[in-house]
Amino acid sequence: MSVQLRVDVRASLSLVGSVLKYLAVPLCLPLVVALYYGETVVPFVATIALTVAVGVGLERLHRDPDLRAREGFLMVALTWLTVALIGAVPYLIEAHGLPPLIAATHPGSTLANPENALFEAMSGFTTTGATVLGDISFESHTRSVMLWRQLTQWLGGMGIVVLAVAILPELSVGGAQLMDAEAPGPGIEKLTPRIAETARALWGAYLGLTLLEILLLYSLSVAGIDDGMTLYNAVAHGLTTMPTGGFSPEARSIEAFSAAAQWIIIPFMIAAGTNFALFWHVLSGDSTRLFRDAEFKFYLGVLGTFTALLAGVLFTGGFAATAPAGGTYDAVYLDGVSAAIAGQAEPAIRHALFQAAAIVTTTGYASMDFNAWGPAGKGILLFGIFVGGSAGSTGGAVKIVRWYVILKAVRRELFTTAHPEAVRPVRLGGNPIDERALRGIYAFTSLYLALFVLAAVLFFLDAHRVGLSVTVLEVVSVSATAIGNVGPAFGQFGPMGGYLSLSEPSKLLFVFLMWIGRLEILPVLVLLMPEYWQR
Amino acid sequence: MRVVIVGAGQVGSSIAADLAGTHEVIVVDCDADRVEELNYSLDVLGVTGDGTSVSTLEEAGIEDVDMVIASTDDDETNIVVCSTVKAVSDAFTIARVKNTEYLRTWERSKRAFGVDFMVCTNLLAAESIVRMIGLPAARDVDPFAGGQVQMAEFEVDADSPVANQTVAEADRFDSLTFVAILRNGCVEIVRGETVIEPDDRVVVIGSPESVQEFARSVAPNESPGTAEEVVIVGGSEIGYHVARLLEERDFTPRLIERDGERARELAERLPKTVVMESDATDIEFLEREHIGDADAVVSALDSDEKNLLVSLLAARMGVERTIAIIDAAEYVDLFETVGVDVGVSPRGVVAEEISRFTLDGDAENVALIESDKAEVLEIEIDAESVLAGRPIQESARDLPPGVVIGAITREREFITPRGDTVIKVGDHVVVFADIDVVDDVTAQL
Repeated sequence: MSVQLRVDVRASLSLVGSVLKYLAVPLCLPLVVALYYGETVVPFVATIALTVAVGVGLERLHRDPDLRAREGFLMVALTWLTVALIGAVPYLIEAHGLPPLIAATHPGSTLANPENALFEAMSGFTTTGATVLGDISFESHTRSVMLWRQLTQWLGGMGIVVLAVAILPELSVGGAQLMDAEAPGPGIEKLTPRIAETARALWGAYLGLTLLEILLLYSLSVAGIDDGMTLYNAVAHGLTTMPTGGFSPEARSIEAFSAAAQWIIIPFMIAAGTNFALFWHVLSGDSTRLFRDAEFKFYLGVLGTFTALLAGVLFTGGFAATAPAGGTYDAVYLDGVSAAIAGQAEPAIRHALFQAAAIVTTTGYASMDFNAWGPAGKGILLFGIFVGGSAGSTGGAVKIVRWYVILKAVRRELFTTAHPEAVRPVRLGGNPIDERALRGIYAFTSLYLALFVLAAVLFFLDAHRVGLSVTVLEVVSVSATAIGNVGPAFGQFGPMGGYLSLSEPSKLLFVFLMWIGRLEILPVLVLLMPEYWQR
Repeated sequence: MRVVIVGAGQVGSSIAADLAGTHEVIVVDCDADRVEELNYSLDVLGVTGDGTSVSTLEEAGIEDVDMVIASTDDDETNIVVCSTVKAVSDAFTIARVKNTEYLRTWERSKRAFGVDFMVCTNLLAAESIVRMIGLPAARDVDPFAGGQVQMAEFEVDADSPVANQTVAEADRFDSLTFVAILRNGCVEIVRGETVIEPDDRVVVIGSPESVQEFARSVAPNESPGTAEEVVIVGGSEIGYHVARLLEERDFTPRLIERDGERARELAERLPKTVVMESDATDIEFLEREHIGDADAVVSALDSDEKNLLVSLLAARMGVERTIAIIDAAEYVDLFETVGVDVGVSPRGVVAEEISRFTLDGDAENVALIESDKAEVLEIEIDAESVLAGRPIQESARDLPPGVVIGAITREREFITPRGDTVIKVGDHVVVFADIDVVDDVTAQL
């Protein structure tokens, strides 16, 4: 007796194919870069061929895919998984070549291991920014592959499925469902009657802000303020700021650049953590909407609080007492930063604001090695990992709006304890929130925290098994940063370090965490329920 | 004037009774028995039929009618009646509605629905309740001249500081005029030497601030202000509007509603009100929430008996003032005798509002005192008026006795009427007139 599946897997796969096919278009950008620098084009030509072939093949599985809620979840989850798999292919080809026809260009690359390549690709598309690259330099990798790494974050930021909804007419009917499953935050806001237009508006704002940032960053090198900010670097960082990604072709992240470049990146990180629907309203002429929005005000308040606390800590010289042996920084670095920052207002505020924005919005850039901070600074930053950007932004983690609603719900509970008969809806900016939506927020947040704890335990056990020495702070921060798509953690997994030392099972665990973290858990977990597959 | 009233319910009948003396009234209703009854009890013509059909309206002689009042209990029917009338005649149309959304639409475009004047029962009742909450000790408050002038009726208790004073002693306020005293159901025009006796009701006209000050001197213990705690019992539409209007005036009222879903809906619509889901007759709950400490309890439940019960319960727990919604207008006096401080009849309020459109002359706004023993009128002065261009002491000789000029507004500025005040064309004058002389007065002014 066979169990009849109630999910049209073929329809879902067919739509995944439609999306994969179009992955060939963004792959042309690193291809052009490779031609410009005279590097090998093989990784991209081969990947383009592969993605078109797989895409068209999957698309043929169903001639007229009909998208319902269940197929939507499957389609979104599978799209993100397959995109990461395809995205890993250029890394593998760079490390292995195409044996026996073409030799490898960088055979010593850490991405020669398939799980490393998948980790890097998943970390890219989910805009996490955790890296297993090891040596981040153009000696180990071509400029074109490094740009592909940046581009994966840009594609993942606003959402591959949102982009697909904007472009593919066949997704217009179930599009809202798909965007809901993919977009960060509880529910999406339809800005226009047609969902494709909403998706295009969001991507338009995203593209516009990215181009503006590239222009501003590049103008620094044109003006001679920051010679390091070449056109390549301006594009590379423009591509990873707006998606709250955090990848950088520089080993020292944003520390490699001038204070001016850091100040330019800060507002774009903050914008990236803002609900993009607000930009759309502002561009449509409703500019007061921005400061009437309860979530945005709360978001600025949270950023301000984190910045003030961190600035206070840094200004008063809250750095580590000594540099650890074999750490990501040394005593010379520690003396250097404490001399440059302690007691100096501008650097203290700049690093505090930069790091607060980078962690709260889940971008994950570093303007300095925050491992060198004392316990107070690190402790504050650890809390920041759980906050996340606004709903409808490119940020990850729990999202500001959920914390805001939970805080108000707790206050309501306290009130109704004193007045049991009181009926008091929880309000978000004056609008009452449905109790059902409130339950959804509780459920999501507790599930998020439960998975974080479970991952931390699994990681700790695995590290113990392979004899990797880890501290509690490292275990906690790595798990939180993976599920929150933040990127850097503390200790050896800090902003100047990487995840290369992890065991294979741990890497796969974090690939899974990044995947479900980006899709906000439920669309993936629902696939694991037997009820999902039955009537 | 020929007036057609569609709907012979409480409102329709009461308007018909008000108008029958001075106008030709035709009442349309689909209930034949009710029409039959009205034919005998009032001097009106009854027509049986559906007011929304042109044939019925033609039977009522719609071509020669000056005004149509749609006062059935159904909003949509009233609106359709007005639209139908507009399609076949030029009569002035008045619609009574309960749903404030229709009123909002109509206020956007005064041509909407073919309605020339719209009155909203629930909103009017709520407004009159809120005015009374703002003025403790007031039995009735009506705004004139766009809110610049208020007419208020106060009850004077034996322990009130103004009891046993002469009017001249009690009148310490610049912008306030004492117009009348209601004693044993009779209206008396006051003179300076008139003594205010306990249990009198005094009618004053003045600026809202002076009325407020006078309220304090009548009942100094019941201080008005936003610190006042108001509890609304019953989440009916009237209860909702009372809470909403109080929120607008910076009160934070409490509202008690029994039905969970309705309570939730109200809580969503009323951000500054504390909505509680409970039965208002649950004494343990009332004590736990210290309802007895409230300054005013408004009972807006769906039945008169329940409102009476809640009011009496609240008064017993120590609430200073109880205001009850009383659907059946004839119970108002009875309930007030039994112990409800103020009874408000939504239909009575509406009937009063509609009546102002039926008066001859330039009266813009009318309030009835003691259900039609006297009227307070707002009149814009034109060149033919006996008041125009003359000081009041001179023109007053031409006016009949039983008329008092209470207040004047000129270009939205309040002017206190004194003997030497010269009234100009374009001024708005608020006058108090005994019912016997109302028609003469409106003709003269």
